[in-house]
Amino acid sequence: MASIGLVTPQQMHFSEPLPLKSGAVLPDYQLAFETYGKLNAERSNAVLVCHALNASHHVAGLDDAGVKGWWDNLIGPGKPLDTNRFFVIGVNNPGSCFGSTGPMHANAATGRKWGAEFPVVTVEDWVDAQARLVQRLGITQLAAVLGGSLGGMQALAWTLRHPERLRHCIAVATAPNLSAQNIAFNEVARRAIVTDPDFHGGHFYEHGVLPKRGLRVARMVGHITYLAEDAMETKFGRELKADVLRYSTQEIEFQIESYLRHQGDKFAEYFDANTYLLITRALDYFDPAAEHGGDLSRAFAANPATCKKGFLLVSFTTDWRFAPERSREIVKALVDNRIGVSYAEIDAPHGHDAFLLEDPRYHAVMRGYFDRIAAEVGSPVSPEERPLYPTAEGHPPYPAASKHP
Amino acid sequence: MSERKDLELIADLVPAGSRVLDLGCGNGELLAHLRDHKGCTGYGIEIADANVQACVQRGIDVIQLNLEDGLALFGNRSFDVVLQLDTLQHLHHTERMLRETARVGGIGIVSFPNFAHWPNRLQVLTGRMPVTRALPYEWFNTPNIRVGTLADFDGLARRCGLAVTDSFGLQRGRVVRRWPNLLASVAVFRFEQT
Repeated sequence: MASIGLVTPQQMHFSEPLPLKSGAVLPDYQLAFETYGKLNAERSNAVLVCHALNASHHVAGLDDAGVKGWWDNLIGPGKPLDTNRFFVIGVNNPGSCFGSTGPMHANAATGRKWGAEFPVVTVEDWVDAQARLVQRLGITQLAAVLGGSLGGMQALAWTLRHPERLRHCIAVATAPNLSAQNIAFNEVARRAIVTDPDFHGGHFYEHGVLPKRGLRVARMVGHITYLAEDAMETKFGRELKADVLRYSTQEIEFQIESYLRHQGDKFAEYFDANTYLLITRALDYFDPAAEHGGDLSRAFAANPATCKKGFLLVSFTTDWRFAPERSREIVKALVDNRIGVSYAEIDAPHGHDAFLLEDPRYHAVMRGYFDRIAAEVGSPVSPEERPLYPTAEGHPPYPAASKHP
Repeated sequence: MSERKDLELIADLVPAGSRVLDLGCGNGELLAHLRDHKGCTGYGIEIADANVQACVQRGIDVIQLNLEDGLALFGNRSFDVVLQLDTLQHLHHTERMLRETARVGGIGIVSFPNFAHWPNRLQVLTGRMPVTRALPYEWFNTPNIRVGTLADFDGLARRCGLAVTDSFGLQRGRVVRRWPNLLASVAVFRFEQT
């Protein structure tokens, strides 16, 4: 299927301070975002895509370095989230390190880089920031908010915080909150970073160093949790790096060690340590049921507008980080409130990572659901009528496209 | 084909505007019919990927679950009607499933192939397991792990404390009320919890 091709990131500046859940404020900030497809005349076909831990606004297409967006297999012309029918927005969250205001930027009040002083941001804060961006883009109601993992939490938070501003929530491989085990893994990752001598209390920028050792270990731990045990066994087993054992405690003996170290090295090159701390904390804090006695059903019930949304939830059988049971908790809370929900449990071997991969069963469900949304918001098109590329600038590609030969 | 007619005959049993749970909803055809013609709402439950995709595609809310795991997702009496059509015979925990159906819905509607239909009886008399239009499988490859008759289901319903409010047979798109246990290939029961 066709790719979106080259995409250019954009920036939007917000001078109105963003009140945060912690009580602090983000005084002045900018958001990096990308858009694909065309907004229709009714402005009804916009889909917001929320990113997970280490991703960005570069969701689909190719950036100027030729790097594919992280959900390019799902989003593009003719793909399940079809950019011939939808206007898709990818946004980088504040606190991240890919262009939106984050710890690597200067705090205007001190002139110093934010570093560890960057205010603690939550899923709800991100959603509020995203809502402002969407408003600026002239969209009063999104056709859908879509996200996987931590992105799925944002999609859920949208339905609770801004229910009148979206029609559908699509939350993949997510959970209503983190389990003790999830938080435990996050804490190991954070301790690895914070105890790295190069961390300097989060102000390593001023010392001209990066806490790469900590970041590597954090990524290695995280990576283990994204993979299913069976898949890891199949891919690596007890395969050795060299032909024979070296009887060394320091050198790499097994291929799995080599793989994890490689993942850690790669990650430490591009990811910011303070961002890692902030984002894992946002994951830990997310718990929409907490304000309702731990009862997620009541969280939905408290907002009548939420009850009019449509939901699609997808989980993967081998995902033990955000297991199917966790998605079923959300389904139950929705069913308790008689909210429209579809739920698919995909029997995929890839663990948590499955949500980023191209599985025909998974993508068929996503395509079916987006087809339904397209019909609802007046952006339907049959596959035969789908042109490969959007039509002329400034005009919605549909329904005019059906007039073309 | 009589299947469409059967579907309509069963849809007739569902009061307009009902909240419906369809256990083993297949491709969502009946729920779509109930939504479009009787203003019903609710969910389908399916285990098969292809059926889940088909339901999503036609805009039917479907939840992918294995019915053998029970209906813990649903509260007592949370639906007006629970449908279990051509599904019961595929489940191991028949009795538990029936009790769950009655717990979750005000009205339960169940259909299954009637093993006592006369062609089946004839084939058994010849010493072979029946292979018919309603039971098209050989004994060694049938997905119908629970075969029963109208009379048998009546007994199970009593055992589960269910009040059968209607029962009849379906044969080639027609309702059979006279000797249904002999003359119908499909058994239909409508029941309520007593």
